[in-house]
Amino acid sequence: MSSQSRNIRRQTVIERMMLSPNIRFWGIFFSLMILLVGAVVLAVAVGPVPIPYDTVVSIVIAKLFPGVIMVTWTPVQEQIVWVFRLPRVLLAVLVGATLSVSGTVLQALVRNPLADPYTFGVSSGASVGAVLVITLASSIIAGFTLPWAAFLGALLTMLLVYLLAQQGGQISTGRLILAGVAISYSLSAVTTFLVLRASSPGSNSAAIALSWLAGSLGAAKWEQLGIPSLSLLVTTVLLLLQARQLNALLAGDETAISLGVNVPVLRLQLFFLTSLQVGTVVAVSGAIGFVGLMIPHMVRFWVGADHQRVLPIVILLGGTYLVLVDLIGRIIIAPSELPVGIVTAAVGGPFFLWLLQSKRTVGGI
Amino acid sequence: MNLEVESVTIEIQSQRIIENVSLRISTGQIVGLVGPNGSGKSTLLRTVYRLLKPKSGYVRLGGDDVWKLSARESALRSGVVVQETPSEFQFTVREVVQMGRIPHKSVLSFDDTHDSELVSESLRRVEMAGFEERLFSTLSGGEKQRVLIARVLAQQPQLLILDEPTNHLDIHHQLEILELVRSLGITTLITLHDLNLASMYCHYLYIMQGGQLVAEGSPETTLSRALIQQVFRVDVVHMRHPVRECLQLIFMPLPVDL
Repeated sequence: MSSQSRNIRRQTVIERMMLSPNIRFWGIFFSLMILLVGAVVLAVAVGPVPIPYDTVVSIVIAKLFPGVIMVTWTPVQEQIVWVFRLPRVLLAVLVGATLSVSGTVLQALVRNPLADPYTFGVSSGASVGAVLVITLASSIIAGFTLPWAAFLGALLTMLLVYLLAQQGGQISTGRLILAGVAISYSLSAVTTFLVLRASSPGSNSAAIALSWLAGSLGAAKWEQLGIPSLSLLVTTVLLLLQARQLNALLAGDETAISLGVNVPVLRLQLFFLTSLQVGTVVAVSGAIGFVGLMIPHMVRFWVGADHQRVLPIVILLGGTYLVLVDLIGRIIIAPSELPVGIVTAAVGGPFFLWLLQSKRTVGGI
Repeated sequence: MNLEVESVTIEIQSQRIIENVSLRISTGQIVGLVGPNGSGKSTLLRTVYRLLKPKSGYVRLGGDDVWKLSARESALRSGVVVQETPSEFQFTVREVVQMGRIPHKSVLSFDDTHDSELVSESLRRVEMAGFEERLFSTLSGGEKQRVLIARVLAQQPQLLILDEPTNHLDIHHQLEILELVRSLGITTLITLHDLNLASMYCHYLYIMQGGQLVAEGSPETTLSRALIQQVFRVDVVHMRHPVRECLQLIFMPLPVDL
């Protein structure tokens, strides 16, 4: 009897350790940090020309701190790592992290587990912009490069969704989702029309457009990383400062207002912050779906709904996930490449379903 | 903190929900707002916690117009338990109660030991200590309600606004919550469906019907047979509570020929 009760007590102490939100959080946080760095090194090392892991690390250190390390590698290796692979892998980190953060915020804003950046028409708006440039070869929207056209398409669409969701100066979450879905469908029709119209013999613009629509990180350059990383940094800081207010918003508009949250202003701020952020990555990566929907849910399964914990973990997991998914897309049918958008959904879908089945609490956000 | 609602009229989509209602609560009082479904009780509460702006009239809290206070200043003065059923979010009980501290925290401050002590203390007062790490969504209706009351306690308001706080509670917890409210000594505006509980715990009652006030006063004077027949459409026999000595009502259907 007494040994039994001692057993029970020991168990609860261990359980309390395991359940302690802080210990769990930091455990997951540091594990994911290591995993992210490991994934980046792995993704840079693997390719048609394999490069040893230590060489990858040395090249990066030598580039960041010239003169610290003796050069033991060939100029070709350096070029492969620094010019071709690293920008692409870092872009994957940025895109994965950004889409996941936006998904988290949008799900909280509309209190709907199905919300993600693409529910509000960002992807379809960016697609129309990009496909216009590709199929019309900039003849109409002269002066716009593809990223700018995609960025403007994304922003204008989200603006339109927001305006349409208003009624008497008030935003209802239901109208926001419905307006977003309706506009997405309409713009998808436009995109499909443009692609079909462009598919004539002797022209490959339809193929280029389709591959952009599936999302690709292949064309990544260092110059493209600046704006998305700045936007991720700024947004993350602003969101972490508002994490408590986001929590209150999840508990309901009335509750949030009674807790001193200026709900209409917060919703407007976050909506536009997210639009800008998503616009910057969609412009350089194309329409990569599913990450923004799935990663936030996975993270909530692990650390709960508190945004002070969800946001940092979402960034790390989203970044790691897209790096690994892009790596799979590069090697699975080498020397060809699968667009990252396809792999994202093909790998993520079944994994997410498995997670959904294995967890007791389902569907909550 | 005293509350004055002065000739408030509320319209929602140009439909008049509340017409020219005034009420006044002085510091330390528990004031009940009673009336049948759809009489405008919850709507009136919503103007007090700044969800609905009145078309005309004023709401003054501690002498200041609540619509001239910032959202945060207003949340430091009044705390609310609303009827809104929260979505199936995955917050733990501790996280839900912790939300009560939001108006007290500036953007850059962290949750400190004072906050977590208040959270634990609030949970203890509603007999929910030990539930800290449970998911809110896994609780029973009554447990959820007690956690929400713990949240408003952690908010440390000077005016408590409770919209049907005894919903979903068994009789033990109904009485317990109302005893707790009474023991707090905080100015309280409360809506209740149970007129016997209203009579037992409220110092003063406002009776609403069709968006207007139809009576006000102590429970003894307001809950007359004529008024209950007119407003609640039931017949009633008055009794006296054998121990508490307050007014208690025994209800029955109105005779058909009345």
